[in-house]
Amino acid sequence: MEQKEQYVSEIKAIRQMMEQSSRFLSLSGLSGILIGVYALIGAFVANYVINDKESILDTASLNSGIVSQLIVLAIIVLLVSIVTVIILTYRKTLRDGYKIWNKGTRLLVLNLAVPLVSGGILTSIFVAQGLYGTIAPALLVFYGLALVNAAKFTRQEIYYMGLCQIVTGIIAALLPGYALLLWAFGFGVIHIFYGTIMHFRYDHHAKTKKS
Amino acid sequence: MKELFQQLNKAFDNKIRLGIMSVISVNRSATFNELKELLDLTDGNLASHIKKLEELDYITVHKSFFGRKPNTVYEITAEGKAAFELHLKALEAILNQQ
Repeated sequence: MEQKEQYVSEIKAIRQMMEQSSRFLSLSGLSGILIGVYALIGAFVANYVINDKESILDTASLNSGIVSQLIVLAIIVLLVSIVTVIILTYRKTLRDGYKIWNKGTRLLVLNLAVPLVSGGILTSIFVAQGLYGTIAPALLVFYGLALVNAAKFTRQEIYYMGLCQIVTGIIAALLPGYALLLWAFGFGVIHIFYGTIMHFRYDHHAKTKKS
Repeated sequence: MKELFQQLNKAFDNKIRLGIMSVISVNRSATFNELKELLDLTDGNLASHIKKLEELDYITVHKSFFGRKPNTVYEITAEGKAAFELHLKALEAILNQQ
């Protein structure tokens, strides 16, 4: 019986080493919930800024003054979100007793960054050309692609979250009048949904198990 | 039952060698420093276990330089992969029987 326990612990050690060396598993679910909330607040403020009953939710027909305000708003939401994810994930990594900068993290960041940066550059070019209607769908689709691409280096939920973002982005392209609403759904509701799932599946579980 | 125990590979009795094989069987390759960090080992300790696996032809070594820094990359051989998989299967079978 004692030997059996030894073999069980050996298999556990193998599995842990395999995961730890190829995946980054300390992604914080709570940070997903928070950035979803930021996105909803951001969308609410954007809606207020646009404040034109006629063209409400219709990003295709905005003038450039409002657009520059919206860009500043978007950048603020983006920066606060990135900082939140980094801080909460860093804390969780320390709590789990892992190193923050291992091979899994490197692969995750690299695979997120390629589609994300290309999407960001492309969207900036569209904005510069005045193609405002492309912003919401392009950001959603590229973000979704980044998640799908990076999912194999972290939790599986990220893959499904990516698929949802892509579908939302495509719908946003089909329904330009609802671009802001769908943007809020993608970056807000979907983040909160998957953040909650991951929080209760991994963070919460680990906490109660330890105490 | 006895037969199953004989299928366990003596080379993987050691936790460190088991760890090295786990890492390079999932990832295509791993550098000396990555292994050191993941398994939390000293240079000498890791080197001696790697040498043993190398002697068994379970892993191969590629040495190169990043500027002046030596960069040593380890890869699993077909033989090593087969031996590791066999060992895992034997472990599983033992656990399922008991």
